[in-house]
Amino acid sequence: MGVGIEVGNLNAWYGANHTLQDINLNIPANHATALIGPSGCGKSTFVRCLNRMHETNPVARVTGTVRIGDLDIYKDAKPVEIRRRVGMVFQRPNPFPTMSIYDNVAAGLKLNGYSNRRVLDEIVEQSLKDSALWDEVKDDLKKKSGASLSGGQQQRLCIARALAVDPEVLLMDEPASALDPVSTSKIEDLIFELKSQYTIVIVTHNMQQAARVAEKTGFFLNGRMVEFDSTHKIFTNPSDKRTEDYITGRFG
Amino acid sequence: MTRIRFQRSLDELKENLLVMAGLAEQAIQRAIEAYRVRDLSICDLVSRSEIAINRLERDIDQAALDLLAMEQPMAIDLRFILSVIKINSDLERVGDAAKSIIDRVRSMEQMAVAELPVDIPRMASLAADMVRKSLQSFIEADPVMARTVLTMDDAVDAMNRAAYKSLTKVMEEESHMAPQALNALMISRNLERVADHATNIAEDVIFWVEGADVRHHKSLKKPDPHALGEAETA
Repeated sequence: MGVGIEVGNLNAWYGANHTLQDINLNIPANHATALIGPSGCGKSTFVRCLNRMHETNPVARVTGTVRIGDLDIYKDAKPVEIRRRVGMVFQRPNPFPTMSIYDNVAAGLKLNGYSNRRVLDEIVEQSLKDSALWDEVKDDLKKKSGASLSGGQQQRLCIARALAVDPEVLLMDEPASALDPVSTSKIEDLIFELKSQYTIVIVTHNMQQAARVAEKTGFFLNGRMVEFDSTHKIFTNPSDKRTEDYITGRFG
Repeated sequence: MTRIRFQRSLDELKENLLVMAGLAEQAIQRAIEAYRVRDLSICDLVSRSEIAINRLERDIDQAALDLLAMEQPMAIDLRFILSVIKINSDLERVGDAAKSIIDRVRSMEQMAVAELPVDIPRMASLAADMVRKSLQSFIEADPVMARTVLTMDDAVDAMNRAAYKSLTKVMEEESHMAPQALNALMISRNLERVADHATNIAEDVIFWVEGADVRHHKSLKKPDPHALGEAETA
């Protein structure tokens, strides 16, 4: 099951660049939350702070608190443990190209010490079913490589890989921006299904996508979160003029 | 400012709706005048304008549909286009009401003039004033003015109820005046509908500008005292 995320006074830097400033918000469990904003506004940096990926850059720094359920990730958790609880899907599908479909999904499990073949089989099958890919690949699980799949299938494979380790939170950084409308629609349907089991945070440039899949939406601008409210409110009657200017395309 | 082409399309949509509004407002005023002076030549003008109103209604709906499909508007733009679609429909019905009134005026030509216990000109003046104000609030994007329209509707409703009561009494007690009374009753009913359409238009203006849905909520329809204060000060 998904858990809520509490972010308090979060600040992030890349070198001297103060990329996130005083972010405070509560992301509800088992819902999809969309983050929107112009390029460079800090939304991708923000999601990378939710699984401590931001710190993997040597010049990056973070202060503040992020609680994933009962876990304070900057205080009492190791990055490996966090990555297990917080899955991530990126803009470009990134399957391990030489691995089979099966091994792509099982990779994270093996890394976490799973070796029982029957258990692995079950989790791989369930993860591929949960990512709506099973029917398309079940006959070629060990015959075909992840790279042999179409772009949309590869992205769903990456989602299956993220789900296999049973995370509580799924972060998605523009997961459909490189996909055609049919594949995009499948990813969106999937998000809709998955949010009953996971807390989903999705960064998107596609306003309609945010409106379609998310119950909550946050608008970022210049490293600050300008507005966070129900998606319905944000897209029909936002409180802040800057949000309205952005979503109506009058920004800048 | 970006999306210049989209903004231009929105401006064009507003201009076309104002043309439609001008025609509908003129139609109802002409229908009232035709009733007042019993002039069938004015009735012909109303009939002709109804054709133009119907054509414009289709054109405006098509333009709004195109913008929804092609531009995926959000927030205030989305509310504006939805309001335009609804106001467009209300204006067409104001045109229909004008047509119904001139139909009554035409049928009255063969009838003797009768003194009836109903003040149609006063009711017409109030309904026309509501239409004018609701359209002015649309032109100026002024929810304060729109709210004043909402407060006027009760008076027209009361006048229509009073007309129903007094005219049915005439029909019961003075049967030779029943046709004239029936005509007056139908005109009264049409004016009450015009006032309802003006109310709808005012509600749509509030929805467009403030994002507030004040339909069927008495308390939300009351003017914002703070906003009124500002308006008075100004």
